[in-house]
Amino acid sequence: MAAIEILDLEKSYLVGFWRKRPRLALRPLRLTIEEGEVFGFLGPNGAGKTTTLKLLMGLVFPTAGTARLLGCAMDDPRVKSQIGFLPEQPYFYDHLSARELLNYYAQLSGVPAKGRSARVEQMLARVGLSDSAGMQLRKFSKGMLQRVGLAQAILHDPKLVFLDEPMSGLDPMGRREVRDLIQQLRSEGKTVFFSTHILSDAEALCDRVGVIHQGELRGVGAVAELTSGKQGKVEIVFYAPEQKVPLALTGLGAEARISGDMVNAVLPEAQQEAALDVLRRERIKLISLTPVRSSLEEYYIQKLRPSPDATEAGREEADRKGAGA
Amino acid sequence: MNSRIVCIAFNTFREAVRDRVLYNLIAFAVLLSGASILVGEISIDIERLVVVNLGLTAVSLFGVVIAIFIGIGLVSKEIERRTLYTVLSRPVRRWEFVVGKFFGLTGTLVVNTFFMALGVFLALLYVAHKFEKMDVWVLAALYFIVLQFLIVCALALFFSSFSTPLMSAVFTFALFVIGSLADDLRGFARITHGAGGWLATAIAYLVPNFSALNVINLVAHGDPVPGSLILYNTLYALLYSAMAVSGAVLIFQRRNLK
Repeated sequence: MAAIEILDLEKSYLVGFWRKRPRLALRPLRLTIEEGEVFGFLGPNGAGKTTTLKLLMGLVFPTAGTARLLGCAMDDPRVKSQIGFLPEQPYFYDHLSARELLNYYAQLSGVPAKGRSARVEQMLARVGLSDSAGMQLRKFSKGMLQRVGLAQAILHDPKLVFLDEPMSGLDPMGRREVRDLIQQLRSEGKTVFFSTHILSDAEALCDRVGVIHQGELRGVGAVAELTSGKQGKVEIVFYAPEQKVPLALTGLGAEARISGDMVNAVLPEAQQEAALDVLRRERIKLISLTPVRSSLEEYYIQKLRPSPDATEAGREEADRKGAGA
Repeated sequence: MNSRIVCIAFNTFREAVRDRVLYNLIAFAVLLSGASILVGEISIDIERLVVVNLGLTAVSLFGVVIAIFIGIGLVSKEIERRTLYTVLSRPVRRWEFVVGKFFGLTGTLVVNTFFMALGVFLALLYVAHKFEKMDVWVLAALYFIVLQFLIVCALALFFSSFSTPLMSAVFTFALFVIGSLADDLRGFARITHGAGGWLATAIAYLVPNFSALNVINLVAHGDPVPGSLILYNTLYALLYSAMAVSGAVLIFQRRNLK
């Protein structure tokens, strides 16, 4: 069963003081995420990631379209008890301690009174906050607040977890911990939908990614496929203590980069044998030869470029459609 | 009552208490008791009247100011700080959130009033050396003051559901002032004719009738409060507050939390 089915969800806001005009924040979005999947929603700031999450959480109302979460309509209150949500840069009631806050959220989520305290303590331990559980949140650092945010999102053992920029503002150790937590959620069979603009995190964690830009979904694909495609190029690494690149190699179209006493040269696959001949002739020690594969970054950048069919006229048409809706 | 509403109400109460509002009021209660010593020195035979008048008016004004300043931030602060996001992404309906907030604030004000009333009674005991039978009507006046707070909280919540905190404070305070003159407004409406009369009558009945809820002068003179007034005022305050909270719910139900 699909965990998330987004059916042409669309959002426009009215802007301006006297003459209100609609501004399209999200163009009709159609997307399906299967149960147990870790899905990365990628895009630059202001692309529409948070708007999509807010629509799914019922914090803003769609201009058109709908979505189904775990088979129920997205505004069905019953489905909310099976959803966990971490907003971007979360801010919590700072008069409460982490323990009190989690207790409050557990009550709101309908966690039974029996075993509620144990569940809260378990969550505090899971995010490494047991020692500061009694401290008021106003004294927490940004990283600690992010951990509280993660704890509240998974406190009630939801089937579906939405995380908006979960790694933002975290130090490398904190990012690692969040990655581990998402991996754990995956191994527990949860569906995770998270937005990010940190591609290395998405590449390491996601089964599939979607790229959104200017409110428009530009592409969706499986990370394994996106990063396995050959590019028709090879990378040759060789030993060059004199820090020189043979001229013959440059003549084959190699783009070389000297790093210490090694050279990385990328050249067309068709020139591979000729390049190896050059190295043999010059008695240069070869270290490695590997085909260059696509990276998620390349896919992301490619999707961010305006596509030929998405002309300005086409966009204006979509804007008019948004205004009509 | 719905457990989620109780939970939100308790959290609102806890937030207000930890914001040290109550401590300021306890200090006020002590100050008031102290001031009565001075009043006792300068007034002859009317000490009780002055203490009841001064004390209850202060309780009412302080409470209204607190109701407005906490009430206007109840919803807007949660939106601004985005604390609402993690609440509404749970199985909490928007109306439950608004109603929970309303009960939390009224609960806070009831506790505040209790402490301030304690100050008034201590001052009364100091100037009169004993309690008299007519002092029981002071309790009725305090009950009416709580009913006033109920309406003020509901209005602050209503305005804050669509307006900025500053504008909400201005609107609520303006309605409190106009509502305190509701009797005069109704009198004016009766002697005005034509379209102006209709308008004055509409305004007079639309604004909350705080003057009916003000029996401070009556109880200061030791006069009893009629039972029918207690009943009508209770029904009026409950109905008016329910309408204002319903208005807040209707607006908040449709609001986009940007």
